[in-house]
Amino acid sequence: MAKAKTTSPDIIAHLCVDEPLRLASGAELSPVTVVYQTHGTLNANKSNAVLVCHALTGDQYVVNTHPVTGKPGWWSEVVGPGLIIDTDRFFVICPNVLGACMGTTGPKETNPDTGRPWNLEFPVITIDDMVRLQAKLLDHLGIEQVFCVIGGSMGGMQVLEWAAKYPERVFAAVPIATSYRHSAQNIGFHEVGRQAIMADPDWCEGDYLAQGKIPHKGLSVARMAAHITYMSEASLHRKFGRRLQDRDQVAYSFDADFQVESYLRHQGSTFVERFDANSYLYITRAMDYYDLAEEHGGELANAFRGTPVRYCIISFSSDWLFPTAESREIVHALNAVAANVSFVEIDSDKGHDAFLLDEPEFHEVLTGFLDGAAAHRGLPRRKTAGDGV
Amino acid sequence: MISKTRHAIRLDLQIIADMVEPGSRVLDVGCGDGALLDHLATTKQVDGRGMELSMEGVRAAVSQGLSVIQGDADIDLEDYPSNAFDYVILSQTLQATYNPRIVLENLLRIGKRAIVSFPNFGYWKARVHLVLGGRMPVSSTLPHQWYETPNIHLCTIKDFVILSRLLGITVVQGIAVNADGDTRTMSAMGRRANLFAEQAVFLLERD
Repeated sequence: MAKAKTTSPDIIAHLCVDEPLRLASGAELSPVTVVYQTHGTLNANKSNAVLVCHALTGDQYVVNTHPVTGKPGWWSEVVGPGLIIDTDRFFVICPNVLGACMGTTGPKETNPDTGRPWNLEFPVITIDDMVRLQAKLLDHLGIEQVFCVIGGSMGGMQVLEWAAKYPERVFAAVPIATSYRHSAQNIGFHEVGRQAIMADPDWCEGDYLAQGKIPHKGLSVARMAAHITYMSEASLHRKFGRRLQDRDQVAYSFDADFQVESYLRHQGSTFVERFDANSYLYITRAMDYYDLAEEHGGELANAFRGTPVRYCIISFSSDWLFPTAESREIVHALNAVAANVSFVEIDSDKGHDAFLLDEPEFHEVLTGFLDGAAAHRGLPRRKTAGDGV
Repeated sequence: MISKTRHAIRLDLQIIADMVEPGSRVLDVGCGDGALLDHLATTKQVDGRGMELSMEGVRAAVSQGLSVIQGDADIDLEDYPSNAFDYVILSQTLQATYNPRIVLENLLRIGKRAIVSFPNFGYWKARVHLVLGGRMPVSSTLPHQWYETPNIHLCTIKDFVILSRLLGITVVQGIAVNADGDTRTMSAMGRRANLFAEQAVFLLERD
Protein backbone atom coordinates (compact mmCIF):
# COMPACT_ATOMS: atom_id res chain seq x y z
CA MET A 1 0.00 0.00 0.00
CA ALA A 2 1.34 3.41 -0.91
CA LYS A 3 1.75 5.58 2.14
CA ALA A 4 -0.70 8.48 2.12
CA LYS A 5 0.84 11.91 2.06
CA THR A 6 0.24 13.27 5.52
CA THR A 7 2.69 16.11 5.73
CA SER A 8 2.54 19.59 4.32
CA PRO A 9 4.71 22.68 4.31
CA ASP A 10 4.03 25.83 6.32
CA ILE A 11 0.61 27.32 5.70
CA ILE A 12 0.14 31.04 6.25
CA ALA A 13 -3.12 32.66 7.38
CA HIS A 14 -3.61 36.41 7.55
CA LEU A 15 -6.14 36.94 10.31
CA CYS A 16 -7.69 39.85 12.21
CA VAL A 17 -7.64 41.99 9.07
CA ASP A 18 -11.05 43.66 9.48
CA GLU A 19 -11.24 43.39 13.23
CA PRO A 20 -8.03 43.66 15.28
CA LEU A 21 -6.96 41.12 17.88
CA ARG A 22 -7.63 42.82 21.19
CA LEU A 23 -4.96 41.79 23.68
CA ALA A 24 -5.26 41.38 27.43
CA SER A 25 -2.98 44.41 27.82
CA GLY A 26 -5.49 46.55 25.93
CA ALA A 27 -3.27 46.83 22.85
CA GLU A 28 -4.60 45.80 19.43
CA LEU A 29 -2.91 43.92 16.61
CA SER A 30 -4.03 43.96 12.98
CA PRO A 31 -3.43 42.14 10.77
CA VAL A 32 -1.99 39.05 12.48
CA THR A 33 -0.16 36.34 10.61
CA VAL A 34 -0.38 32.75 11.84
CA VAL A 35 1.91 30.11 10.39
CA TYR A 36 0.81 26.53 10.96
CA GLN A 37 1.20 22.99 9.72
CA THR A 38 -1.45 20.32 9.30
CA HIS A 39 -1.30 16.55 9.04
CA GLY A 40 -4.05 14.15 7.99
CA THR A 41 -7.39 15.06 6.47
CA LEU A 42 -10.30 17.01 7.92
CA ASN A 43 -13.40 14.81 7.73
CA ALA A 44 -16.69 15.90 6.13
CA ASN A 45 -18.35 17.11 9.33
CA LYS A 46 -15.09 18.64 10.60
CA SER A 47 -15.17 16.67 13.84
CA ASN A 48 -11.72 15.07 13.80
CA ALA A 49 -9.42 18.06 14.34
CA VAL A 50 -6.68 17.86 16.97
CA LEU A 51 -5.06 21.13 17.97
CA VAL A 52 -1.50 20.59 19.17
CA CYS A 53 -0.18 23.49 21.28
CA HIS A 54 3.57 23.84 21.46
CA ALA A 55 5.76 24.73 24.44
CA LEU A 56 7.87 27.85 25.11
CA THR A 57 10.58 27.11 22.56
CA GLY A 58 8.54 24.76 20.37
CA ASP A 59 7.05 25.56 17.00
CA GLN A 60 4.79 24.24 14.25
CA TYR A 61 7.31 21.51 13.34
CA VAL A 62 5.58 18.88 15.43
CA VAL A 63 6.11 16.18 12.79
CA ASN A 64 8.21 17.61 9.98
CA THR A 65 11.95 18.13 10.07
CA HIS A 66 12.91 21.48 11.54
CA PRO A 67 14.13 23.77 8.74
CA VAL A 68 16.95 25.25 10.85
CA THR A 69 18.19 22.36 12.97
CA GLY A 70 17.41 19.53 10.56
CA LYS A 71 16.09 17.54 13.52
CA PRO A 72 12.86 15.48 13.42
CA GLY A 73 9.64 17.20 14.53
CA TRP A 74 9.45 17.68 18.31
CA TRP A 75 6.60 15.16 18.72
CA SER A 76 7.25 13.03 15.63
CA GLU A 77 7.06 9.86 17.76
CA VAL A 78 3.55 10.76 18.93
CA VAL A 79 1.92 12.39 15.90
CA GLY A 80 1.77 10.57 12.58
CA PRO A 81 0.05 7.81 10.59
CA GLY A 82 -0.83 4.93 12.94
CA LEU A 83 0.83 6.69 15.89
CA ILE A 84 -0.83 7.84 19.12
CA ILE A 85 -2.25 11.00 17.57
CA ASP A 86 -3.11 9.04 14.47
CA THR A 87 -3.10 11.21 11.36
CA ASP A 88 -4.90 8.41 9.49
CA ARG A 89 -7.92 9.32 11.65
CA PHE A 90 -7.30 12.82 12.95
CA PHE A 91 -6.64 16.17 11.30
CA VAL A 92 -3.75 17.65 13.27
CA ILE A 93 -3.21 21.41 13.36
CA CYS A 94 -0.10 22.86 14.96
CA PRO A 95 0.22 26.66 14.82
CA ASN A 96 3.24 28.70 15.81
CA VAL A 97 2.04 30.78 18.80
CA LEU A 98 1.60 34.53 18.89
CA GLY A 99 4.89 36.19 19.83
CA ALA A 100 7.03 33.31 18.58
CA CYS A 101 9.67 33.44 15.88
CA MET A 102 8.88 30.86 13.21
CA GLY A 103 6.59 33.04 11.12
CA THR A 104 3.62 33.91 13.31
CA THR A 105 3.37 37.59 14.27
CA GLY A 106 5.95 38.32 16.95
CA PRO A 107 8.67 40.82 17.89
CA LYS A 108 10.98 39.91 15.01
CA GLU A 109 8.28 40.35 12.34
CA THR A 110 7.63 43.68 10.65
CA ASN A 111 5.50 46.29 12.37
CA PRO A 112 3.15 47.43 9.55
CA ASP A 113 3.11 50.96 11.00
CA THR A 114 6.88 51.46 10.82
CA GLY A 115 8.08 48.93 8.27
CA ARG A 116 10.72 47.81 10.79
CA PRO A 117 10.82 44.80 13.13
CA TRP A 118 8.57 45.25 16.14
CA ASN A 119 11.32 44.49 18.66
CA LEU A 120 10.27 45.93 22.03
CA GLU A 121 7.41 47.89 20.48
CA PHE A 122 5.61 44.57 20.22
CA PRO A 123 2.84 44.52 22.85
CA VAL A 124 3.22 42.19 25.83
CA ILE A 125 1.10 39.10 25.21
CA THR A 126 -0.56 36.47 27.37
CA ILE A 127 -1.53 32.80 27.08
CA ASP A 128 -5.08 34.03 26.73
CA ASP A 129 -4.05 36.14 23.70
CA MET A 130 -2.35 33.12 22.08
CA VAL A 131 -5.51 31.05 22.53
CA ARG A 132 -7.84 33.75 21.19
CA LEU A 133 -5.69 33.94 18.07
CA GLN A 134 -5.85 30.12 17.70
CA ALA A 135 -9.65 30.37 17.95
CA LYS A 136 -9.59 32.80 15.05
CA LEU A 137 -7.50 30.31 13.09
CA LEU A 138 -10.16 27.63 13.72
CA ASP A 139 -12.85 30.10 12.57
CA HIS A 140 -10.76 30.64 9.45
CA LEU A 141 -10.64 26.86 8.90
CA GLY A 142 -14.39 26.55 9.53
CA ILE A 143 -13.86 24.24 12.49
CA GLU A 144 -16.54 24.75 15.12
CA GLN A 145 -15.26 22.20 17.64
CA VAL A 146 -11.94 20.39 17.86
CA PHE A 147 -11.96 16.76 18.89
CA CYS A 148 -8.97 17.36 21.13
CA VAL A 149 -6.64 20.12 22.21
CA ILE A 150 -3.37 18.79 23.59
CA GLY A 151 0.00 20.12 24.69
CA GLY A 152 2.74 19.97 27.31
CA SER A 153 4.24 22.68 29.53
CA MET A 154 3.23 26.06 28.04
CA GLY A 155 1.21 24.01 25.53
CA GLY A 156 -0.70 22.62 28.51
CA MET A 157 -1.45 26.14 29.72
CA GLN A 158 -3.02 26.83 26.32
CA VAL A 159 -5.04 23.60 26.63
CA LEU A 160 -6.44 24.69 30.01
CA GLU A 161 -7.19 28.15 28.67
CA TRP A 162 -8.97 26.63 25.67
CA ALA A 163 -11.13 24.37 27.82
CA ALA A 164 -11.98 27.19 30.22
CA LYS A 165 -12.63 29.86 27.60
CA TYR A 166 -14.24 27.84 24.81
CA PRO A 167 -15.70 24.73 26.49
CA GLU A 168 -18.19 24.23 23.68
CA ARG A 169 -15.39 24.21 21.11
CA VAL A 170 -13.35 21.44 22.78
CA PHE A 171 -14.47 17.80 23.06
CA ALA A 172 -11.39 16.52 24.90
CA ALA A 173 -8.50 18.33 26.57
CA VAL A 174 -5.10 16.88 27.48
CA PRO A 175 -2.92 19.26 29.52
CA ILE A 176 0.44 17.58 30.14
CA ALA A 177 3.23 18.50 32.59
CA THR A 178 1.71 21.88 33.21
CA SER A 179 0.01 24.14 35.72
CA TYR A 180 -2.94 26.50 35.94
CA ARG A 181 -0.56 29.25 37.08
CA HIS A 182 3.13 29.90 36.85
CA SER A 183 4.78 29.46 40.24
CA ALA A 184 7.02 32.03 41.93
CA GLN A 185 9.95 29.65 41.42
CA ASN A 186 9.26 29.42 37.69
CA ILE A 187 8.84 33.17 37.33
CA GLY A 188 12.21 33.44 39.07
CA PHE A 189 13.89 31.11 36.56
CA HIS A 190 12.37 33.06 33.68
CA GLU A 191 13.61 36.31 35.14
CA VAL A 192 17.16 34.89 35.25
CA GLY A 193 16.86 34.08 31.56
CA ARG A 194 15.52 37.49 30.64
CA GLN A 195 18.17 39.29 32.65
CA ALA A 196 20.88 37.23 30.95
CA ILE A 197 19.57 38.33 27.53
CA MET A 198 19.18 41.96 28.52
CA ALA A 199 22.66 42.05 30.10
CA ASP A 200 24.22 41.10 26.76
CA PRO A 201 25.52 44.31 25.07
CA ASP A 202 24.60 42.75 21.71
CA TRP A 203 20.94 42.83 22.74
CA CYS A 204 21.11 46.58 21.98
CA GLU A 205 18.01 47.41 24.06
CA GLY A 206 16.11 44.96 21.89
CA ASP A 207 17.18 46.53 18.60
CA TYR A 208 19.83 43.94 17.66
CA LEU A 209 18.25 43.04 14.29
CA ALA A 210 18.67 46.59 12.97
CA GLN A 211 22.24 46.68 14.35
CA GLY A 212 23.14 43.42 12.64
CA LYS A 213 23.87 41.72 15.95
CA ILE A 214 22.53 38.79 17.97
CA PRO A 215 22.71 38.56 21.80
CA HIS A 216 24.34 35.17 21.45
CA LYS A 217 25.80 34.97 24.93
CA GLY A 218 22.72 36.21 26.77
CA LEU A 219 20.24 33.95 24.99
CA SER A 220 22.63 31.04 25.31
CA VAL A 221 22.94 31.48 29.09
CA ALA A 222 19.14 31.81 29.34
CA ARG A 223 18.78 28.47 27.56
CA MET A 224 21.46 26.79 29.69
CA ALA A 225 19.71 27.79 32.92
CA ALA A 226 16.31 26.77 31.56
CA HIS A 227 17.61 23.44 30.27
CA ILE A 228 18.62 22.41 33.78
CA THR A 229 15.04 22.95 34.92
CA TYR A 230 13.77 20.63 32.17
CA MET A 231 15.78 17.72 33.53
CA SER A 232 15.86 15.91 36.85
CA GLU A 233 18.90 15.48 39.02
CA ALA A 234 18.70 11.75 38.28
CA SER A 235 18.67 12.23 34.52
CA LEU A 236 21.57 14.71 34.63
CA HIS A 237 23.49 12.29 36.81
CA ARG A 238 22.77 9.34 34.54
CA LYS A 239 23.75 11.28 31.45
CA PHE A 240 26.91 12.96 32.78
CA GLY A 241 27.65 12.25 36.42
CA ARG A 242 30.87 14.09 37.26
CA ARG A 243 32.56 12.79 34.13
CA LEU A 244 35.17 15.05 32.55
CA GLN A 245 35.03 16.32 28.98
CA ASP A 246 37.94 15.17 26.74
CA ARG A 247 40.40 15.11 29.60
CA ASP A 248 41.65 12.85 32.36
CA GLN A 249 41.82 15.41 35.11
CA VAL A 250 40.44 18.83 35.91
CA ALA A 251 42.32 21.63 34.16
CA TYR A 252 42.30 24.09 37.06
CA SER A 253 40.61 26.58 34.74
CA PHE A 254 37.14 27.73 33.78
CA ASP A 255 37.04 25.65 30.61
CA ALA A 256 34.23 23.14 30.28
CA ASP A 257 35.98 20.52 32.41
CA PHE A 258 32.80 18.59 33.05
CA GLN A 259 30.66 16.91 30.41
CA VAL A 260 27.58 18.58 31.83
CA GLU A 261 29.13 22.00 31.20
CA SER A 262 30.04 21.12 27.65
CA TYR A 263 26.52 19.76 27.06
CA LEU A 264 24.83 22.89 28.39
CA ARG A 265 27.12 25.16 26.37
CA HIS A 266 26.20 23.18 23.28
CA GLN A 267 22.47 23.40 24.12
CA GLY A 268 22.83 27.15 24.58
CA SER A 269 24.68 27.88 21.36
CA THR A 270 22.50 25.68 19.12
CA PHE A 271 19.38 27.28 20.61
CA VAL A 272 20.55 30.73 19.53
CA GLU A 273 20.58 29.57 15.92
CA ARG A 274 16.88 28.76 15.94
CA PHE A 275 15.31 31.15 18.43
CA ASP A 276 14.85 34.90 18.68
CA ALA A 277 15.94 36.61 21.90
CA ASN A 278 13.04 39.06 22.01
CA SER A 279 10.55 36.24 21.42
CA TYR A 280 12.09 34.53 24.43
CA LEU A 281 11.41 37.64 26.52
CA TYR A 282 7.80 37.91 25.37
CA ILE A 283 6.83 34.26 25.63
CA THR A 284 8.41 33.73 29.05
CA ARG A 285 6.46 36.81 30.18
CA ALA A 286 3.22 35.34 28.84
CA MET A 287 3.83 32.21 30.95
CA ASP A 288 4.65 34.30 34.04
CA TYR A 289 1.37 36.18 33.73
CA TYR A 290 -0.67 32.99 33.46
CA ASP A 291 -3.02 32.37 36.38
CA LEU A 292 -6.27 30.69 35.40
CA ALA A 293 -7.61 30.87 38.96
CA GLU A 294 -7.02 34.60 39.12
CA GLU A 295 -8.89 35.00 35.84
CA HIS A 296 -11.88 33.43 37.63
CA GLY A 297 -12.05 35.32 40.87
CA GLY A 298 -9.29 33.34 42.58
CA GLU A 299 -11.32 30.09 42.46
CA LEU A 300 -9.94 27.63 39.91
CA ALA A 301 -13.12 25.54 39.93
CA ASN A 302 -15.00 28.55 38.55
CA ALA A 303 -12.97 28.19 35.35
CA PHE A 304 -14.60 24.82 34.73
CA ARG A 305 -18.16 25.11 36.06
CA GLY A 306 -20.59 23.20 33.83
CA THR A 307 -17.74 22.04 31.59
CA PRO A 308 -18.72 19.37 29.02
CA VAL A 309 -15.07 18.66 28.16
CA ARG A 310 -13.41 15.27 28.80
CA TYR A 311 -10.08 15.92 30.52
CA CYS A 312 -6.95 13.83 30.82
CA ILE A 313 -4.38 15.42 33.13
CA ILE A 314 -0.91 13.89 32.98
CA SER A 315 2.13 14.70 35.13
CA PHE A 316 5.57 13.14 35.60
CA SER A 317 6.91 12.10 38.99
CA SER A 318 10.34 13.74 38.59
CA ASP A 319 9.10 17.00 37.01
CA TRP A 320 10.08 19.67 39.52
CA LEU A 321 9.29 22.55 37.15
CA PHE A 322 5.61 21.61 36.91
CA PRO A 323 5.26 19.17 39.80
CA THR A 324 2.41 16.67 40.15
CA ALA A 325 0.98 18.69 43.06
CA GLU A 326 0.00 21.41 40.59
CA SER A 327 -1.73 18.93 38.29
CA ARG A 328 -3.51 17.58 41.34
CA GLU A 329 -4.89 21.05 42.07
CA ILE A 330 -6.38 21.10 38.58
CA VAL A 331 -7.91 17.68 39.25
CA HIS A 332 -9.38 18.92 42.56
CA ALA A 333 -10.97 21.87 40.76
CA LEU A 334 -12.39 19.59 38.08
CA ASN A 335 -13.75 17.19 40.71
CA ALA A 336 -15.40 20.12 42.45
CA VAL A 337 -17.54 20.61 39.34
CA ALA A 338 -17.95 16.84 38.78
CA ALA A 339 -16.16 17.08 35.42
CA ASN A 340 -15.22 14.06 33.35
CA VAL A 341 -11.56 13.75 34.24
CA SER A 342 -8.76 11.24 34.14
CA PHE A 343 -5.52 11.92 35.97
CA VAL A 344 -2.31 9.95 35.83
CA GLU A 345 1.11 10.65 37.24
CA ILE A 346 3.68 8.82 35.12
CA ASP A 347 6.63 7.33 36.97
CA SER A 348 9.68 8.74 35.22
CA ASP A 349 13.08 10.04 36.27
CA LYS A 350 13.46 12.19 33.15
CA GLY A 351 12.07 15.41 34.61
CA HIS A 352 9.89 17.93 32.83
CA ASP A 353 11.14 16.94 29.37
CA ALA A 354 9.66 13.46 29.81
CA PHE A 355 6.62 14.50 27.80
CA LEU A 356 8.84 14.87 24.73
CA LEU A 357 10.68 11.59 25.27
CA ASP A 358 10.03 7.91 24.76
CA GLU A 359 7.98 7.07 27.87
CA PRO A 360 5.99 3.89 27.18
CA GLU A 361 3.59 4.32 30.13
CA PHE A 362 2.80 7.88 29.10
CA HIS A 363 2.18 6.78 25.53
CA GLU A 364 -0.04 3.91 26.69
CA VAL A 365 -2.20 6.24 28.78
CA LEU A 366 -2.44 8.81 26.01
CA THR A 367 -3.45 6.14 23.49
CA GLY A 368 -6.14 4.76 25.79
CA PHE A 369 -7.59 8.17 26.57
CA LEU A 370 -7.65 9.36 22.94
CA ASP A 371 -9.13 6.10 21.65
CA GLY A 372 -11.80 6.16 24.38
CA ALA A 373 -12.64 9.80 23.65
CA ALA A 374 -12.72 9.11 19.89
CA ALA A 375 -15.24 6.31 20.47
CA HIS A 376 -17.44 8.71 22.46
CA ARG A 377 -17.13 11.29 19.69
CA GLY A 378 -18.12 8.68 17.07
CA LEU A 379 -14.77 8.83 15.28
CA PRO A 380 -13.33 5.74 13.58
CA ARG A 381 -11.40 3.18 15.59
CA ARG A 382 -7.66 2.75 15.29
CA LYS A 383 -6.75 0.31 12.52
CA THR A 384 -5.15 -2.77 14.00
CA ALA A 385 -3.01 -5.32 12.22
CA GLY A 386 -5.96 -7.71 11.90
CA ASP A 387 -8.28 -5.24 10.21
CA GLY A 388 -6.74 -5.48 6.75
CA VAL A 389 -7.04 -2.52 4.45
CA MET B 1 -3.92 -8.14 36.33
CA ILE B 2 -6.24 -6.69 33.71
CA SER B 3 -9.08 -8.97 32.75
CA LYS B 4 -9.46 -9.12 29.00
CA THR B 5 -12.80 -10.91 29.19
CA ARG B 6 -15.23 -8.05 29.38
CA HIS B 7 -18.16 -9.77 31.04
CA ALA B 8 -16.61 -12.13 33.56
CA ILE B 9 -16.22 -10.00 36.69
CA ARG B 10 -15.79 -10.71 40.39
CA LEU B 11 -18.96 -11.96 42.06
CA ASP B 12 -19.43 -8.97 44.37
CA LEU B 13 -18.95 -6.66 41.37
CA GLN B 14 -21.71 -8.54 39.52
CA ILE B 15 -24.02 -8.08 42.50
CA ILE B 16 -23.20 -4.36 42.55
CA ALA B 17 -23.75 -4.07 38.80
CA ASP B 18 -27.20 -5.61 39.19
CA MET B 19 -28.14 -2.82 41.64
CA VAL B 20 -27.32 -0.02 39.17
CA GLU B 21 -30.06 1.43 36.94
CA PRO B 22 -29.08 1.67 33.26
CA GLY B 23 -27.94 5.06 31.98
CA SER B 24 -27.10 6.47 35.42
CA ARG B 25 -24.09 8.50 36.58
CA VAL B 26 -21.69 6.40 38.63
CA LEU B 27 -18.54 7.14 40.65
CA ASP B 28 -16.54 4.03 41.54
CA VAL B 29 -14.25 4.78 44.49
CA GLY B 30 -11.33 2.34 44.65
CA CYS B 31 -12.08 1.16 41.14
CA GLY B 32 -8.86 -0.84 40.70
CA ASP B 33 -8.17 -1.44 37.00
CA GLY B 34 -11.71 -0.34 36.14
CA ALA B 35 -13.27 -3.80 35.61
CA LEU B 36 -16.62 -2.75 37.11
CA LEU B 37 -16.70 0.60 35.28
CA ASP B 38 -15.95 -1.14 32.02
CA HIS B 39 -18.68 -3.70 32.71
CA LEU B 40 -21.20 -0.98 33.63
CA ALA B 41 -20.35 1.07 30.55
CA THR B 42 -20.78 -1.96 28.27
CA THR B 43 -23.86 -3.54 29.83
CA LYS B 44 -25.68 -0.58 31.38
CA GLN B 45 -24.51 2.45 29.38
CA VAL B 46 -23.59 4.33 32.55
CA ASP B 47 -21.64 7.59 32.59
CA GLY B 48 -18.87 6.26 34.81
CA ARG B 49 -15.95 7.82 36.65
CA GLY B 50 -13.41 6.20 38.89
CA MET B 51 -10.96 6.97 41.65
CA GLU B 52 -8.10 4.65 42.50
CA LEU B 53 -5.18 4.90 44.92
CA SER B 54 -2.68 2.74 43.04
CA MET B 55 -1.03 4.25 39.97
CA GLU B 56 -0.90 0.79 38.42
CA GLY B 57 -4.68 0.56 38.56
CA VAL B 58 -5.18 4.12 37.30
CA ARG B 59 -2.88 3.56 34.32
CA ALA B 60 -4.63 0.33 33.41
CA ALA B 61 -8.06 1.97 33.62
CA VAL B 62 -7.20 5.15 31.70
CA SER B 63 -5.40 3.08 29.08
CA GLN B 64 -8.72 1.31 28.46
CA GLY B 65 -10.39 4.66 27.85
CA LEU B 66 -12.07 4.91 31.27
CA SER B 67 -12.30 8.23 33.15
CA VAL B 68 -10.28 7.51 36.26
CA ILE B 69 -8.18 9.72 38.52
CA GLN B 70 -5.48 8.85 40.99
CA GLY B 71 -6.92 9.75 44.36
CA ASP B 72 -7.51 8.72 47.95
CA ALA B 73 -11.02 8.08 49.32
CA ASP B 74 -9.96 9.52 52.69
CA ILE B 75 -8.85 12.82 51.15
CA ASP B 76 -10.25 13.41 47.68
CA LEU B 77 -13.98 12.73 48.16
CA GLU B 78 -14.20 16.09 49.92
CA ASP B 79 -13.75 17.84 46.56
CA TYR B 80 -16.89 16.50 44.93
CA PRO B 81 -20.12 18.50 45.01
CA SER B 82 -23.27 17.06 46.61
CA ASN B 83 -25.67 15.00 44.48
CA ALA B 84 -23.19 14.81 41.61
CA PHE B 85 -23.83 11.11 40.93
CA ASP B 86 -26.73 8.66 40.98
CA TYR B 87 -24.51 6.02 42.60
CA VAL B 88 -21.21 6.12 44.41
CA ILE B 89 -19.68 2.66 44.69
CA LEU B 90 -17.11 1.53 47.24
CA SER B 91 -16.25 -2.12 46.72
CA GLN B 92 -13.95 -3.92 49.15
CA THR B 93 -12.33 -0.62 50.13
CA LEU B 94 -14.17 0.71 53.22
CA GLN B 95 -12.10 -1.49 55.54
CA ALA B 96 -8.89 0.01 54.15
CA THR B 97 -9.82 3.66 54.75
CA TYR B 98 -8.56 5.71 57.70
CA ASN B 99 -11.95 7.16 58.50
CA PRO B 100 -14.76 4.88 57.29
CA ARG B 101 -17.43 7.01 58.93
CA ILE B 102 -16.46 10.16 57.03
CA VAL B 103 -15.98 8.19 53.82
CA LEU B 104 -19.48 6.73 54.19
CA GLU B 105 -20.96 10.16 54.85
CA ASN B 106 -19.21 11.49 51.76
CA LEU B 107 -20.48 8.62 49.60
CA LEU B 108 -24.07 9.53 50.47
CA ARG B 109 -23.46 13.23 50.11
CA ILE B 110 -21.98 12.91 46.61
CA GLY B 111 -24.33 10.18 45.43
CA LYS B 112 -28.10 9.91 45.69
CA ARG B 113 -27.38 6.28 46.52
CA ALA B 114 -24.27 4.40 47.59
CA ILE B 115 -23.29 0.78 47.09
CA VAL B 116 -20.78 -0.61 49.58
CA SER B 117 -19.28 -4.10 49.74
CA PHE B 118 -16.90 -5.41 52.38
CA PRO B 119 -15.65 -8.65 53.95
CA ASN B 120 -17.73 -9.64 57.00
CA PHE B 121 -15.51 -10.00 60.07
CA GLY B 122 -18.46 -11.62 61.87
CA TYR B 123 -18.38 -14.63 59.52
CA TRP B 124 -18.27 -17.78 61.66
CA LYS B 125 -14.97 -18.97 60.24
CA ALA B 126 -13.37 -15.66 61.15
CA ARG B 127 -14.75 -16.03 64.65
CA VAL B 128 -13.41 -19.58 64.90
CA HIS B 129 -10.00 -18.43 63.68
CA LEU B 130 -9.85 -15.83 66.41
CA VAL B 131 -11.66 -17.56 69.31
CA LEU B 132 -10.42 -21.12 68.92
CA GLY B 133 -7.28 -20.62 66.84
CA GLY B 134 -6.30 -17.53 68.77
CA ARG B 135 -5.06 -15.87 65.60
CA MET B 136 -6.23 -13.13 63.26
CA PRO B 137 -8.37 -14.62 60.47
CA VAL B 138 -6.84 -15.28 57.05
CA SER B 139 -9.18 -16.41 54.28
CA SER B 140 -9.94 -15.87 50.60
CA THR B 141 -11.71 -12.56 51.36
CA LEU B 142 -9.12 -11.61 54.02
CA PRO B 143 -5.97 -12.96 52.40
CA HIS B 144 -3.36 -10.93 54.31
CA GLN B 145 -1.47 -11.66 57.50
CA TRP B 146 -2.07 -9.06 60.21
CA TYR B 147 1.36 -7.50 59.71
CA GLU B 148 0.88 -6.73 56.03
CA THR B 149 -2.85 -6.18 55.60
CA PRO B 150 -4.15 -2.92 54.13
CA ASN B 151 -7.37 -3.59 56.07
CA ILE B 152 -7.22 -1.35 59.12
CA HIS B 153 -10.93 -0.94 59.89
CA LEU B 154 -12.56 -4.31 59.59
CA CYS B 155 -16.16 -4.61 60.74
CA THR B 156 -19.04 -7.06 60.95
CA ILE B 157 -22.34 -6.76 59.10
CA LYS B 158 -23.94 -5.84 62.42
CA ASP B 159 -21.36 -3.09 63.02
CA PHE B 160 -22.06 -1.69 59.58
CA VAL B 161 -25.84 -1.67 60.03
CA ILE B 162 -25.48 0.11 63.38
CA LEU B 163 -23.19 2.77 61.87
CA SER B 164 -25.63 3.28 58.99
CA ARG B 165 -28.45 3.95 61.46
CA LEU B 166 -26.25 6.32 63.43
CA LEU B 167 -25.56 8.29 60.25
CA GLY B 168 -29.20 8.39 59.16
CA ILE B 169 -28.59 6.05 56.24
CA THR B 170 -31.31 3.67 55.01
CA VAL B 171 -30.37 0.18 53.88
CA VAL B 172 -32.40 -0.26 50.70
CA GLN B 173 -31.03 -3.71 50.08
CA GLY B 174 -28.48 -5.95 51.77
CA ILE B 175 -27.06 -8.98 50.00
CA ALA B 176 -25.16 -11.65 51.89
CA VAL B 177 -22.62 -13.75 50.02
CA ASN B 178 -21.47 -17.04 51.53
CA ALA B 179 -18.25 -18.91 50.88
CA ASP B 180 -19.78 -20.88 47.98
CA GLY B 181 -20.80 -17.64 46.28
CA ASP B 182 -24.49 -18.14 47.05
CA THR B 183 -26.33 -14.90 47.65
CA ARG B 184 -29.41 -14.07 49.71
CA THR B 185 -31.18 -10.93 50.79
CA MET B 186 -30.57 -10.01 54.41
CA SER B 187 -33.07 -9.20 57.10
CA ALA B 188 -33.12 -5.67 58.53
CA MET B 189 -30.43 -6.32 61.16
CA GLY B 190 -28.72 -9.04 59.13
CA ARG B 191 -28.44 -11.29 62.23
CA ARG B 192 -28.16 -14.55 60.29
CA ALA B 193 -25.97 -12.99 57.61
CA ASN B 194 -23.62 -11.66 60.28
CA LEU B 195 -22.72 -15.24 61.11
CA PHE B 196 -23.01 -16.97 57.74
CA ALA B 197 -22.02 -14.38 55.13
CA GLU B 198 -18.39 -14.13 54.09
CA GLN B 199 -19.01 -10.76 52.47
CA ALA B 200 -21.83 -8.25 52.19
CA VAL B 201 -23.10 -5.80 49.57
CA PHE B 202 -25.35 -2.90 50.68
CA LEU B 203 -27.43 -0.52 48.61
CA LEU B 204 -27.86 2.62 50.71
CA GLU B 205 -29.64 5.94 50.56
CA ARG B 206 -30.14 8.91 52.85
CA ASP B 207 -33.14 8.85 55.19
